[in-house]
Amino acid sequence: MSLTAAYAALATGLLVWAMLVRKLRVKPWEAQLAGEVELASSLPAAPAARIGLWVFLAVVTALFGLFISAYLMRMGHLHAEGLEMGDWRPVAEPAILWVNTLVLILASVVMQWARVAAAHSRIERMRLALMIGGALTLVFLAGQINGWRTLSATQYASPRDPALAFFYVLTVVHALHLLGGLYVWNRIFRRLGQANRSQSPARMAQVRLSVELCTVYWHYLLLVWLVLFVLLLST
Amino acid sequence: MAYVGAIADLDHEHALHDPQTFFRKYIWSQDHKVIALQYMAVAIAIGLVALTMSVLMRLQLGFPNSFSFIDPQEYYQYITMHGMIMVIYLLTALFLGGFGNYLIPLMCGSRDMVFPYLNMISFWVYLLAVLVLVAGLFVPGGPTGAGWTLYPPQAILPGTPGATWGILLMLASLAIFIVAFTMGGLNYVTTVLQARCRGMTLMRMPLSVWGIFSASILGLLAFPALFVSAIMMTLDSTIGTSFFMPAIVSRGETLDYGGGSPLLFQHLFWFFGHPEVYIVALPAFGIVSDLLSTHARRNIFGYRMMVWAILAIACLSFVVWAHHMYVSGMNPYFGFFFATTTLIIAVPTAIKVYNWVLTLWRGDIHLTVPMLFAIGFIFTFINGGLTGLFLGNVTVDVPLSGTYFVVAHFHMVMGVSPILVVFGALYHWYPKITGRMFNETLGKLHFWVTFVGAYSIFLPMHYMGILGVPRRYYAYSNSIEFIPLSVQTANQWISVVAMIVAATQLVFLFNVAWSFFKGQIVDGNPWRATSLEWQTPETPPRHGNWGPKLPVVHRWAYDYSVPGAPQDFVPQNVPATEVPMGHDHDSAPQSSATKGRHA
Repeated sequence: MSLTAAYAALATGLLVWAMLVRKLRVKPWEAQLAGEVELASSLPAAPAARIGLWVFLAVVTALFGLFISAYLMRMGHLHAEGLEMGDWRPVAEPAILWVNTLVLILASVVMQWARVAAAHSRIERMRLALMIGGALTLVFLAGQINGWRTLSATQYASPRDPALAFFYVLTVVHALHLLGGLYVWNRIFRRLGQANRSQSPARMAQVRLSVELCTVYWHYLLLVWLVLFVLLLST
Repeated sequence: MAYVGAIADLDHEHALHDPQTFFRKYIWSQDHKVIALQYMAVAIAIGLVALTMSVLMRLQLGFPNSFSFIDPQEYYQYITMHGMIMVIYLLTALFLGGFGNYLIPLMCGSRDMVFPYLNMISFWVYLLAVLVLVAGLFVPGGPTGAGWTLYPPQAILPGTPGATWGILLMLASLAIFIVAFTMGGLNYVTTVLQARCRGMTLMRMPLSVWGIFSASILGLLAFPALFVSAIMMTLDSTIGTSFFMPAIVSRGETLDYGGGSPLLFQHLFWFFGHPEVYIVALPAFGIVSDLLSTHARRNIFGYRMMVWAILAIACLSFVVWAHHMYVSGMNPYFGFFFATTTLIIAVPTAIKVYNWVLTLWRGDIHLTVPMLFAIGFIFTFINGGLTGLFLGNVTVDVPLSGTYFVVAHFHMVMGVSPILVVFGALYHWYPKITGRMFNETLGKLHFWVTFVGAYSIFLPMHYMGILGVPRRYYAYSNSIEFIPLSVQTANQWISVVAMIVAATQLVFLFNVAWSFFKGQIVDGNPWRATSLEWQTPETPPRHGNWGPKLPVVHRWAYDYSVPGAPQDFVPQNVPATEVPMGHDHDSAPQSSATKGRHA
């Protein structure tokens, strides 16, 4: 983990630095003379919720990145000390994970459909797509539960087995994130009801934004799942 | 993008909606100022528990065998709880939950945090974390005594105090704290990025905001490492996984563990643990810059460099973690890498120290209570920083690592230094929070006893460390021959001073309480400061902070002693046209920046 994380952090730092360097070169004690120019725009660049979501995704990335680092380090732990693979016995992943993956991809596609419908103010279509997207996600979660049960039934399941323990931890943490997403997804319907009752354009804008952010979150969790799935399959 | 405006209007309406009932106003409140005070109150309360534990430890070390109620098991529990509470539940919560909440919206010219509901929940979840932590004191076996680093395997093995219930409650409490912090941190970062008022560009933000903002980002990215390790250790402890637990024989019994890596825990812990140092230090850096500038009536020296240094420190803090693990038996090349990065991080840190000193140089220094604490911080931080350079080198660290030198170092650099800033900041913003001035005599008494006391406590520990006195010991038996008698005398001295310093904190609490009712009523800007929080229409600021109209910012936060200006400070919301200058505009900022030479 050490060097990979070190270089990743350094690279991120340099990237952020490069992005910010123009803003950070301003000399504020001089810039105040030209201050009125900067007042032209009074609106924030993006809604708070969108920025908040991206910051949150950075946190989730750190979380899964660290879990994956721990996974790789634990896997190679005894190996590095010349004990071949140590106690690491690869898990035979249940076949249903392939189906689950397909379902989650479909959920993501349908959520994207909802997002496009929302952008074009086709509210009924948006509602339908959202419902299908949520239902597919529930199917995915049910499939994961099925996978956990299959694994605990078919393999010699001991918590001492590190690969198996990691399999459960990673998939459960991912599933919990999806459950959190479903909580927000559920709130969209309540907001939609409020917007319909009040006929307020601002409230409808909020619904559109929620759909957009939900979709981004779904795509992101799909990406996380694909990374995790590849990692689990390949080790 | 048209809907951005519509949503902003909705938020605006919400922010202006003043809560009416007592319950919604002061308890279940979404106002960032109330939440800040709630955070501060809980953090200080739990901090007092940790302070009491340190006094108990000092009683044992200073006067061994005199207090039968402190047995070795309890001593280790005090060590553990003292460390964890001070670092996480006091300092992190106070700087980010307390000052972050209070200052970010006020200094950035916002009505509130961007997600007020989440902000409120953040506090209550933090309180839950504290309660779970405190519950550890009352469960069978008591709280964990594994040391604040909670290293496995010993943390969950029988023989370590609190290895059954205590450690689980500690891990649960940490996980809950991280959830609370994530909710708060999302707010702090997003508010700074999104909700600054007109004219408040990034490079016009006061350094306090820069420090808190960067520390919040660090926290958001570093706390997941602690979260991951907490989850994995909980599983090791409860259902018998072997993430961290190697094959082990405990008390003659072979346990059902095998293959786990204790070193993996250390990597994860310190990947969080080192940025944690800067999560505490960066807000302190920012706040102290503002205190120095305001009370020396000078613009902060090298503002841009200060911002860059904060960002550089924030980035570098992620690549130095293994300097806490030089004695863990890791690859020597790693040691070389981490020693190098550790020494590199000294460069931006030193830049900050130079700039603080240069801000004071030929300034119009007012030795107010906040200023005393700020100057005290500079001394203490230099002291702690220099011993950090010793310990950053592998060859020096290895012999010193297990000694009191390390105790002295980290208490100076991340105990005393940030706490001095906390006090300075509390005194500085007290008139804004309450509308009254604290008692200055009591404040100065508090400062001098705390400052001189802290040195009396921790300077001898450097000496003890160089003598080789091991840390973490409950008592030093006569069989440790290399420890001279003077160490016991030093220990007695330290213990007596520690009790005096601890008691002096009651003076502070009394001052806060007494001044709240009896302190002299002051106007909204008693320090004649420039930043926005001092320009609110009411003091203390009401819900929504700014009345019907948000402020507009026209300048940076450091226009002190501008030549030609009618007062020695120009608030951030004063336009250039309203400041009659003695000079033409082109030369004014230049003159401001070099004011020291004119004075």
